[in-house]
Amino acid sequence: MLEGLLIGLTTALSFQNLAMVVAGCLIGTFIGMLPGLGPMSIIAIMIPVAISMGDPSAALILLAGVYYGAIFGGSTSSILLNAPGVAGTVASSFDGYPMARQGKAGKALTIAAIASFAGGTIGALLLMIFAPALSSVALLFHSAEYFALMVVGLSAIAAFAGTGQVAKAMIMTILGLIMATVGEGALFNLPRFTMGVMDLQSGFGFITLAMAMFALPEALFLVLKPKKLEGDDDEIKDLRITGAEAKAIAPVIGRQSLQGFFIGVLPGAGATIASFLGYAVERNIAPKAEQEEFGKGSIKGLAAPETANNAACTGSFVPLLTLGIPGSGTTAILLGALIALNVSPGPRLMIDEPQIFWAVIMSMFIGNLVLLILNLPLIPYIAKVLAVPRNYLIPFILFFTLMGAYIGQNNATELLLLVGFGICATALKFADYPLAPLLIGFILGGMMEDNFARSMQLYDGISFIWERPMTLGLLVIAAILVVLPSFRARRVEAQAVDSPGRSGASET
Amino acid sequence: MALDRWIALILLGVCLAYGYAAWFTMDGNLAPFMKRNPIWPSTFPKVLSVFGIVATLFILLGFEKGTLKVADIDYRRLTEYHLGQALLLLALMVAYALCLRTLGFIPSTSAFLILGSFILGERKWLVLIPVALIATVFVWYLVQEVLGIYMRPLPGFFGG
Repeated sequence: MLEGLLIGLTTALSFQNLAMVVAGCLIGTFIGMLPGLGPMSIIAIMIPVAISMGDPSAALILLAGVYYGAIFGGSTSSILLNAPGVAGTVASSFDGYPMARQGKAGKALTIAAIASFAGGTIGALLLMIFAPALSSVALLFHSAEYFALMVVGLSAIAAFAGTGQVAKAMIMTILGLIMATVGEGALFNLPRFTMGVMDLQSGFGFITLAMAMFALPEALFLVLKPKKLEGDDDEIKDLRITGAEAKAIAPVIGRQSLQGFFIGVLPGAGATIASFLGYAVERNIAPKAEQEEFGKGSIKGLAAPETANNAACTGSFVPLLTLGIPGSGTTAILLGALIALNVSPGPRLMIDEPQIFWAVIMSMFIGNLVLLILNLPLIPYIAKVLAVPRNYLIPFILFFTLMGAYIGQNNATELLLLVGFGICATALKFADYPLAPLLIGFILGGMMEDNFARSMQLYDGISFIWERPMTLGLLVIAAILVVLPSFRARRVEAQAVDSPGRSGASET
Repeated sequence: MALDRWIALILLGVCLAYGYAAWFTMDGNLAPFMKRNPIWPSTFPKVLSVFGIVATLFILLGFEKGTLKVADIDYRRLTEYHLGQALLLLALMVAYALCLRTLGFIPSTSAFLILGSFILGERKWLVLIPVALIATVFVWYLVQEVLGIYMRPLPGFFGG
């Protein structure tokens, strides 16, 4: 591990990569602050830039920096405007915004920055411990287990989608897998489902799809319903926190770093669940008097979600780097970028390209430090971006969306596909269909079919399912994950129907 | 019928068409040696089509009851939002896609940025035009010179 750390440090501390971390964090903070633009959109917009650099380490370091910056920027708009830029920072507004209203915006931003730094750093330490261990286990996996593992990952994403959302998430995942089969795959060298259209021979562009699923609907929502973007930066004055305050949030940070990290590792759970759960847990275990403070400007109530969401972001890198399976929309986009750079994340990444693996981990430490020491003092100035008029901002967002798709494929037809898919994605968003599973399915589709085909060939049919116990076990877990939420929902429904009946009977 | 069910109905149609193509049209032209393989190009799509049909029917037949969360924007009251602006911007994006190659990057992008701001209500031409032009030239320089991706700057007849 020490050798790996040194390789990572040497790579991450090169001038180019340091510049990438700083640039990524700053860009991410700037754009992440704008309400309505989440990290997925920002990373999707940045991908063509990252890919054109040609160096996978630098590209991934830039994108990871953007990711952290976007989460930090999202917290800033949550605290200052009560308008979270990212779903993962909604819980930060519960106490962050009341603090800002009480004239403690500077203090709130400092707590958010320290909690994010601690969550991210402890998360990176845990990643350093768990990723190599998981990688060595994953090396024992064959195609059949990989296929089953991908099924588990996709099922978990559907299972964590929420009540009444499992079937919708499943449909979106399957639609993503269906879209991945369009074009001439490497497996058969035969064009499939192209309907004779030449532009579809190479399949749908991943960047086009990422832009259409995230950036375009978010921009259209900003057009349809303008959000208030004016920041009240006069309130950002005193950034200091007292020793007593630091002592109060320290245990919260410790607990939430661990909890957030492990939630982040689970596919589909991610920063949003981690932050809400972190907030709820801290409120429940707080002394009675402090519980009253939650929601009115409690520093613990702000530190908990901020720590948890950053730790979860780091945790989501575990399945990506060790298994090559993304657990969230953002890591799916990162996986797509890596594939475009001819890097295959998975257990062999640590062995074949240790400089990428360790440089990413090292850049997490550096990125968190940059956010703390560079972004925090700059926040009052960065917050000015919130004052950019909507009339200028939206055409630029749309333009960068178009450019991302165009540069990614160098084909004007992609732009028409982008608009078409963007309209479909907006309609899906109106009907509350989750869009991230579609992109995850699309990115995993090729690998999944590849592993499925290899297993079929090895076992001359589907007997690999029952002949390999681990495959069978994983597929059973996947089935349980899909069935359990609807079973539980039905039980809750049945109990709800039963109880009024019972109360009615007792009355008579 | 709620919008989510309408969408499930459309997706059912997509899955049925996809399934029809996978089950009935793909295997006919398969080379004889490939037919001896346990996996065909249509195998995975066949599995997906079945799962897709089942999942869409799940929503269509109401097996999973979820309350349709009204998002930030309620689609039933779309006309109360800036729908005209959104539609015009989408049309502008289509026009940009069609003009990018023929008109060149600089004229089409500046026109896109100027018209985009105009559609959203901006009328300060003295600010709008210089901002759009500077940004366009800057992005073109960045893409062409820094990233090394060729973009024809001007229309072909100008030698661009």
